[in-house]
Amino acid sequence: MAMTLTDDQNMLRDTARDFMASEAPVTHFRKFRDMGCKDGFSHGLWKQFAEIGFTGILIPEADGGMGMGQIEAGIVLEEIGRNLSPSPFLTTSVAAVEALKLADKAMRDRWFPGILAGETVIGIAIEEGVKHRPEKIACVAERSGNGFKLTGQKQFVVQGASSDMLIVAARTAGAAGETDGLTLFAVDKDAAGLSMEAARLVDSAVSAHVKLDGVQVNADAVIGEVDGGWAVLSKMLDAGRVGAAAEMVGVGTGAMDMTFEYLKTRKQFDRVIGEFQALQHRAAHLYGEMEGARSIVLKAQSLMDEGHAKAELYVAAAKAKAGLACNLSVREGVQMHGGIGMTDEYDIGLYMKRDRSLNEFFGDAYYHADRVATMNGY
Amino acid sequence: MSELETFRAEARAWLEENCPAEMRTPAKGDEDVCWGGRNFVFQSEAQKLWLERCVAKGYTVPDWPKAYGGAGLSPQETKVLRQEMAKLGCRSPLNSFGIWMLGPALLKFGTEEQKVHYMGQIARGEIRWCQGYSEPGSGSDLVSMQTFGEDKGDHWVVNGQKIWTSYADKADWIFCLVRTDKTNKYQGISFLLFDMETPGVSTKPIKLISGNSPFCETFFDNVVVPKNQIVGEINRGWDVAKYLLGHEREMISGMGGDGGVTSIGAAMKATLSQEPVLRAQMALFDVDNLTFRAHGERFMDEWKTGKAHPAYSNLMKYVGTELNKKRNELVMSIGGTQALEWESERSNGGSKARNWLRTKANSIEGGTSEVMLNVVSKRILEMPGA
Ligand SMILES: Cc1cc2nc3c(=O)[nH]c(=O)nc-3n(C[C@H](O)[C@H](O)[C@H](O)COP(=O)(O)OP(=O)(O)OC[C@H]3O[C@@H](n4cnc5c(N)ncnc54)[C@H](O)[C@@H]3O)c2cc1C
Ligand SMILES: Cc1cc2nc3c(=O)[nH]c(=O)nc-3n(C[C@H](O)[C@H](O)[C@H](O)COP(=O)(O)OP(=O)(O)OC[C@H]3O[C@@H](n4cnc5c(N)ncnc54)[C@H](O)[C@@H]3O)c2cc1C
Repeated sequence: MAMTLTDDQNMLRDTARDFMASEAPVTHFRKFRDMGCKDGFSHGLWKQFAEIGFTGILIPEADGGMGMGQIEAGIVLEEIGRNLSPSPFLTTSVAAVEALKLADKAMRDRWFPGILAGETVIGIAIEEGVKHRPEKIACVAERSGNGFKLTGQKQFVVQGASSDMLIVAARTAGAAGETDGLTLFAVDKDAAGLSMEAARLVDSAVSAHVKLDGVQVNADAVIGEVDGGWAVLSKMLDAGRVGAAAEMVGVGTGAMDMTFEYLKTRKQFDRVIGEFQALQHRAAHLYGEMEGARSIVLKAQSLMDEGHAKAELYVAAAKAKAGLACNLSVREGVQMHGGIGMTDEYDIGLYMKRDRSLNEFFGDAYYHADRVATMNGY
Repeated sequence: MSELETFRAEARAWLEENCPAEMRTPAKGDEDVCWGGRNFVFQSEAQKLWLERCVAKGYTVPDWPKAYGGAGLSPQETKVLRQEMAKLGCRSPLNSFGIWMLGPALLKFGTEEQKVHYMGQIARGEIRWCQGYSEPGSGSDLVSMQTFGEDKGDHWVVNGQKIWTSYADKADWIFCLVRTDKTNKYQGISFLLFDMETPGVSTKPIKLISGNSPFCETFFDNVVVPKNQIVGEINRGWDVAKYLLGHEREMISGMGGDGGVTSIGAAMKATLSQEPVLRAQMALFDVDNLTFRAHGERFMDEWKTGKAHPAYSNLMKYVGTELNKKRNELVMSIGGTQALEWESERSNGGSKARNWLRTKANSIEGGTSEVMLNVVSKRILEMPGA
């Protein structure tokens, strides 16, 4: 595959760019943040996402979706990142959809229509500690009646309290640390024994701490195979990771563009500060890092879409690189803005906060660099 | 099967049939590389055979037109051929400044006669070229160069000095920047070609910190250059020089070990598993390395379809050379005291240390990292100021 966008992909990018810039620019984000919105996003916007076709971008055509791939989902995510548009797109339309694609028809029929209509939100309940350690999952699912009984706790369930369903990873066999013996469940938000505590994050998104106190689910709540959840989980996590990486390319590029614009207008010492070589070199270096991040993300997306054996390696590298580059972009952004970059009124700080959250989402740069080393044989 | 996949299958079959087994192992060092030229001595029968077969097929310069010694492949076909060569571990049949630098400049600025003559010689590995740009007083600020060509009607008489001329003592011909108008800085330079055996040309090797002497001081004392040995117009050599630098930067950015994505970490596992901080550095390097290869691929795809910014190769040169230096720093750290050995057979004649030192030049030759950042900042990011 050529590492350039096709005409169709360029058209999608133009559509997504116009849509986010007009319907969900940073002012939209600020509005919902400042009103203390309990969801952290607008249900109206989520409906608009559905109308334009974004919510079903990864849902197969046979199931009523657009049947597109990670490159296309990433195009939408980049614009989301650039505009800090708050939505359940990454969790619901990317991660959850990738998991549900591996579920049976009854399950797909149950959830895809709501996602396509922009009515359903799905939370991803994987994390149990403060760092991403999916193989360490300890939450237990014991066989009980016609199904399973789930007991344990989950955290960093983004938009969990606003979700209609949670995808919960639990252990049906084996011990924490093993990849075998995991199973994924679709758990209804109203299930008895399920409780949540919402917590606002630094980027104003709302995540949830989830308690599962003997939550009873039927056998048909299983996504994929019992004990064989790692395959579904990996697919879901990799889609979420490459998606978060694409969103970080957007966040980093947005912050970078804003900063470069500032360098060309702010005057000190009777000159625009962009004339100072000390800043020019850092700007050029940052541009190189962001261009690299954009490239490896595109490579990872295309390998995923091809079902290539090296996709996992490239997704890990892409999440790591996008995380490092985006982080550099927001740090340089705040610094090069001087005092005004520290103010709440100015947008650059919002980019810094969003970067922090996305870096943690499904494993940070160090976690993924470590995986790259392991996959490379050392 | 798509046309491209048909081509892939054909290319692979051709390579399997024609690339000798000895040419499917990595070159051990500079001495092991085929540079061609009048005085080149083949190190093995296989090396000679591989060159001859590639010349006959046009595969020393696969993307050049057939009329000039190439195979006339499209950018996509060239990429596929390189992928297949990499998979089989085939060595490059011929390395030369003619291929990387002069050829592309001739293709754009040369006359038809020059293309057929000079590009053909390059493609067949008959003439080895060197680059006469830098002077003692003109490095980064190249346009200040002083080597002068006096107009004598049907020829110029060239006097002056170049420095850091790579392989000047081994090259057959030089492409050289010569001032032909002292009153005009940018539009007073001509791009001349001449034989290094012309009376008045002399070279003096300079020893590098790596202990090798691949480059020279080059002196011109009343060197006669016929007027038809100019590329482009008189006093417009700067345009040719800059265009060529773009290709040079692209070439240098791709250097570095196998040029591939294979990690050097696995071979160093025994050490890395005992050194967690070093392993972490290696891991972050691998992330950057995978990134750079993807970046290079994207750049080539955009470059060949005319979508890349014309100054983009400056960015690639900066990123690629800094990465290569980092790689060699890691090789030295992981190698520990063994990597310090300078002469022993055990250390293959100090190859790690010598390579490490050689790579320090990557971010100097062909334009320094600082100059690359200046260009990126001004031309791509459009930052204000001089
Ligand atoms: C939390 C906070 C508290 C503060 N408290 C006080 C206070 O109590 N009293 C007070 O008077 N001030 C205070 N300040 C202001 C502070 O001193 C200024 O913000 C600082 O001097 C930078 O000036 P600036 O914000 O105008 O940035 P600018 O000068 O506009 O700088 C913008 C960017 O350009 C860079 N830059 C500028 N000139 C050059 C150059 N020549 N070469 C290279 N780079 C250059 C800067 O390093 C920076 O990255 C405070 C600032 C903050 C953030
Ligand atoms: C191994 C090797 C092979 C070479 N081969 C050839 C060859 O075949 N033919 C040929 O013509 N030349 C060749 N060169 C020369 C090379 O192109 C020059 O060394 C290079 O252009 C830098 O020039 P300089 O050495 O004079 O350094 P200078 O220009 O003096 O630079 C010194 C330092 O100042 C910095 N600097 C300079 N200007 C600026 C600026 N405006 N802003 C910020 N920093 C700046 C530089 O980045 C550098 O760090 C070779 C060099 C090496 C090391």
